[in-house]
Amino acid sequence: MAGQPIINDSEKERRKIKSVSKMKEIMTTYYIEAKTARENGKKVAWITSGGPVEFLIAMDVIPVYPENHGAMIGASKMGVELCEKAEEMGYSRDLCSYARADIACSVTNGGPIGGLPKPDFLVCCNNICGTVLKWYEVAARYYNVPLFILDTPFIHTTMSEASKKYVIAQTYEYIDFLEKQCGKKMDFDRMHQVGKLGVQALRLWQEVLDTAAHKPAPMTAFDAFFHLALIVTLRGTQIAVDYYKQLRDEMNQRIKDKIAMVPNEKYRLLWDNLPVWYRTKWLSDKFSAHNACLVGDTYTSAWSGIMDLIDEDNFIETGAVAYSSVYINVSLDNMLETLKKLIKKYDVDGLVMHSNRSCKPYSLGQYDLQKLVMKELKLPTLIIEADMVDERSFSESQIETRIDAFMETLKA
Amino acid sequence: MITAGIDIGSITAKAAVLKDGEILGTRVMFTGYNASQAGKNVIDELAKEIQIRVDDLDAVVATGYGRNSVEFATKAITEITCHGAGAHFLNPDIRFIIDIGGQDSKVIRIDENGRVADFAMNDKCAAGTGRFLEVMARALEVDLDGFGDICMQGKEPAKISSICTVFAESEVISLISKGETRENIIAGIHESVASRVSALAKRVGVVEPVMMTGGVAKNIGAVRALEAKLETTIQVSEYAQVNGAIGAAILAGK
Repeated sequence: MAGQPIINDSEKERRKIKSVSKMKEIMTTYYIEAKTARENGKKVAWITSGGPVEFLIAMDVIPVYPENHGAMIGASKMGVELCEKAEEMGYSRDLCSYARADIACSVTNGGPIGGLPKPDFLVCCNNICGTVLKWYEVAARYYNVPLFILDTPFIHTTMSEASKKYVIAQTYEYIDFLEKQCGKKMDFDRMHQVGKLGVQALRLWQEVLDTAAHKPAPMTAFDAFFHLALIVTLRGTQIAVDYYKQLRDEMNQRIKDKIAMVPNEKYRLLWDNLPVWYRTKWLSDKFSAHNACLVGDTYTSAWSGIMDLIDEDNFIETGAVAYSSVYINVSLDNMLETLKKLIKKYDVDGLVMHSNRSCKPYSLGQYDLQKLVMKELKLPTLIIEADMVDERSFSESQIETRIDAFMETLKA
Repeated sequence: MITAGIDIGSITAKAAVLKDGEILGTRVMFTGYNASQAGKNVIDELAKEIQIRVDDLDAVVATGYGRNSVEFATKAITEITCHGAGAHFLNPDIRFIIDIGGQDSKVIRIDENGRVADFAMNDKCAAGTGRFLEVMARALEVDLDGFGDICMQGKEPAKISSICTVFAESEVISLISKGETRENIIAGIHESVASRVSALAKRVGVVEPVMMTGGVAKNIGAVRALEAKLETTIQVSEYAQVNGAIGAAILAGK
């Protein structure tokens, strides 16, 4: 067994990311504002994680993300209880655990923050999956509020002109919808500003992630999972821009100070799919014990992966096209291209794929991707089966054996 | 140099002792609920049999699901690596291993040095494992040791469609009530195991020659059903069940 090297406390303290406290503070403020929106005369909209949130920010609406909430539920290990509740209500265990946990929370006001604030309206973009359509319809019925659906066609090779026209037309419908819900006109100058801030935040986030290309990496994918929250929840605000500047600077300072997140980093790995939220620490310790560092992942880079498609001076039209092009709304060939770039950029020794029972569009095709990666790049890969929130789909000893065996083959 | 390998599986605990590349002896017993105790007992019994003292062992490697509970082991190594080393020791030509144990079925591709090139394991389901066969044998009131022989008498294997051990059991019961012969049902059960495991094998890519290890390798019905599915011959060593422990003992010497 690879034993955990003995590390004294001061060294441990040195490795901690200092920006974490700021991040926690921002997220707390964000949720307090969202929960007290009504008292402050603000509107709340629920939106999918891949949805165009910039428009809500420009209209002064507080965006709330059931998926981010789902991640919090998972990280707080409250997933099983809530998933079971949803199953009692009649939802199948085969459904996404974010959806199950969140639907149950609406009814019970349970979970780590006592449920999400009631929405005034809902915005659903299906660039991330098809489940969100039904999930948001359920929420729309339950809260009796309007729902806007932005339909982004799947991209098989390149995005056709017709598809582009289709999503751009919907963006204008989206603006009409928001104007109606908010009872005011869109301020396009403000929108322009927000669009710019959004792109700026994406660039900074990518710069943060890029620091892990350094050997040894100043941060791991597990840290990226945590720090991702603002790119999801506060994209388009100055807060996100300022925070990611701070985080990027801290990472660059760590590189200068030779602070590695995994002491004795020897093996560099790439992670695919969503995190296993309730086991991030266990997995992080497990890999660290093998001197392995997850230096990058396809998930946290999915947001910034589309930034080059956005013209910040024409956010309204190019944004829609970019949003349609996110990592899981494209063909396996396109995904493979992205994977290859990440493998090269982070110079990894192996690929670890989380076959996520909840996330079908992300997990479907992983075996083919694995085959292609092994064939074309001769890169060792490992598939572990779990779920992002539902702990009942996590079998510790089975996963431990797979990881240990994978690391043994890398070391041999 | 005397080394030992201890393989604590979900059903049985195995031990093997090697001296300078020769097998001194092997032993199999039930794991029971206490994996740590099973590890001690199996090596104690083997040591007695081959007349050595456990203290004389130069190194011990533990493997299998209970690998981390064997306190006296020098090291823990996964059964994937151990089966690779074991099969390579038994026949250096082997490039592909199918190991069906109590709760795991795994396929391992190895290189010319016995090192693991790729592997895959069953997902969270016991269908296609030894436990599946054990449950079915019980449902059919057949002794597990004779299960494979009866399988060979089946003329037209019954269709076992289920992917779940528990559901397959009720499927078997309904086949019995329909008057299907025991032989055909048993042949169908073995085909169902073979089709699950062969899918796993094809995922990794079968490279000949192939060896089958693990307790289920003792079952001729399972071996033949897999040979038919994979259209290849499968070698089975007399040490198939203790192959993981032998591999562990070899790695202990390295």
